[in-house]
Amino acid sequence: MNAVFTPVAARPAPHSTRGPLAWLRRNLFSNWQSGAFTLALLVLAVMYVPGMLHWAIFASVTAADADACQAARGIGACWGVVTEKHRLIIFGRYPFDQQWRPLVATVLMMALLMASCTRPFWRPWLAALWVVVLAAAFTLMSGGVLGLNKVTTDQWGGLPLTIMLSSLSIVMAFPIAVLVAMGRRSQMPAIRTFCTIYVELIRGVPLISVLFMASFMFPLFMPQGFSIDVLVRVLAGITLFAAAYLAEIVRGGLQAIPKGQVEAAQSLGLSYWKTQRKIVLPQALALVVPGIVNSFISIFKDTSLVTIVSLYELTGALGLALNSDANWRPFKVEGYLFITAIYFVFCFAMSRYSLWIEKQLNRSKNR
Amino acid sequence: MSEPIITFSKVNKWYGNSFHVLRDIDLTVTRGERIVICGPSGSGKSTLIRCINGLEEHQEGSIVVDGTEISDDIRAIEKVRREVGMVFQQFNLFPHLTVLENLTLAPMWVGKTPKAEAEKRAMLQLERVKIAEQAHKYPLQLSGGQQQRVAIARALCLTPKVMLFDEPTSALDPEMIKEVLDVMIELANQGITMICVTHEMGFAKAVADRVIFMDQGQIVEQNKPHEFFNNPQSERTKDFLSKILGH
Repeated sequence: MNAVFTPVAARPAPHSTRGPLAWLRRNLFSNWQSGAFTLALLVLAVMYVPGMLHWAIFASVTAADADACQAARGIGACWGVVTEKHRLIIFGRYPFDQQWRPLVATVLMMALLMASCTRPFWRPWLAALWVVVLAAAFTLMSGGVLGLNKVTTDQWGGLPLTIMLSSLSIVMAFPIAVLVAMGRRSQMPAIRTFCTIYVELIRGVPLISVLFMASFMFPLFMPQGFSIDVLVRVLAGITLFAAAYLAEIVRGGLQAIPKGQVEAAQSLGLSYWKTQRKIVLPQALALVVPGIVNSFISIFKDTSLVTIVSLYELTGALGLALNSDANWRPFKVEGYLFITAIYFVFCFAMSRYSLWIEKQLNRSKNR
Repeated sequence: MSEPIITFSKVNKWYGNSFHVLRDIDLTVTRGERIVICGPSGSGKSTLIRCINGLEEHQEGSIVVDGTEISDDIRAIEKVRREVGMVFQQFNLFPHLTVLENLTLAPMWVGKTPKAEAEKRAMLQLERVKIAEQAHKYPLQLSGGQQQRVAIARALCLTPKVMLFDEPTSALDPEMIKEVLDVMIELANQGITMICVTHEMGFAKAVADRVIFMDQGQIVEQNKPHEFFNNPQSERTKDFLSKILGH
């Protein structure tokens, strides 16, 4: 046998069917079950979507007119409640004529958060930028200097408070979580035990009880005349709570890193901390981005629990705005839909950002 | 040539309480010597070389590497690690860093070399293992043989005095073994001290100054390659050689 090996030349892949009809057939009517399901959904949409649109848009009242709203009850939505109360919902009990201050502070914070999410800002000076912006926002909110009236923290509220509580607790909880996760894997029994107890204790109680303790019990243990602002105590409570959950997510990532990675780094003479920082953590955190962002979204929504200790963030401010006003109290549903939309925008932005981050981090895995 | 760089004296190591993996190891490696260690799996050969840079700790006896004793002192171990390069069976490249970043990591973060200088030297090492054109790819984009050559270049970047190879070709496809062995042979010919755990007997014959045979945690026999292969002393060595050379 004198066979000659002749390689077959590479050919392009066969053309896939394109066009809207082909798309419909492939995705909606690929077999009879799928077709029946598509039709059933269509029927449901035809039955209910027009009614919803009628209620939400065509028969709705957008003017801040309580009588018109009463007249339209059960027929159309009363967006007038938002028109009338939006400043109270968004800024809570903050003095009405001073509300430009939380507005500017929130815009600053949002700009900072968005900038921190982009690559050009991932530089060492970002930390300094955070300190400057936070100091500016805090000064604006609390006043007492530069001719601004003093506004105590128990008057802060609404969306600014939600954003401030969640972003600060996320930013502070994350490094704590990384240290605790590393601590739980430490060779040193004292550190390992301490971190395990911390995580198990915090996970064993609901956030509400942590907030209660921070708000009502903590001051009882402090010496007379010594007090820490309730906002700071609550912030610390949320941070410690979030850190325990985040720590377990990070630990999951740490455990997925093969031992060989650490050995390779060690064999090159890298110290423990440098090995963690340059080799283990970048890979471990990249693995658990979905879990981390999940936790961030949770924290953002969990800040609504601070109402329980009389801090009126977005959800609390809505109750504050409507409960005391008999004219508008019946239209709570519309008010809740309004803040639901606000929560959704933030949470959706976070989850889209997490997808982008995953794509950035997975570049090394694309063959 | 006769100056010792690594000395094992009466080294013993146990895994847990029961498994005695290294038993009374005495071994002296001189500067520039090229040693091949072979033996059945579980004989302790990987453990032996992993003790040299402190990846495994021994419980009895002493190991001195270039004047520094391996002990509990992490600074002593880190000093030794800077002088001893290691290549692993599973390559252990850092998948989140490019090939070039894999090479510059230790010089920049351990050796405090400026980035530009570290990159220049890294490129020289990559040329040495004939893979410079892949510098900006990620490890998982390379073949196994290429990855192992990058791993060798990475270990060379700290200009080590000793190179340890832990079964460097065992995880490779047959067609890629040769490209890695060629690099190792070239390295051996440049006079670096090498200790290599391998079953590539062709490599042992070509470059080794000494072949060591281990079984059950002990050094059974050691000799020049020619003597070792043609005139093995112990029955255990003969048996082992007949199995790995017999087909």
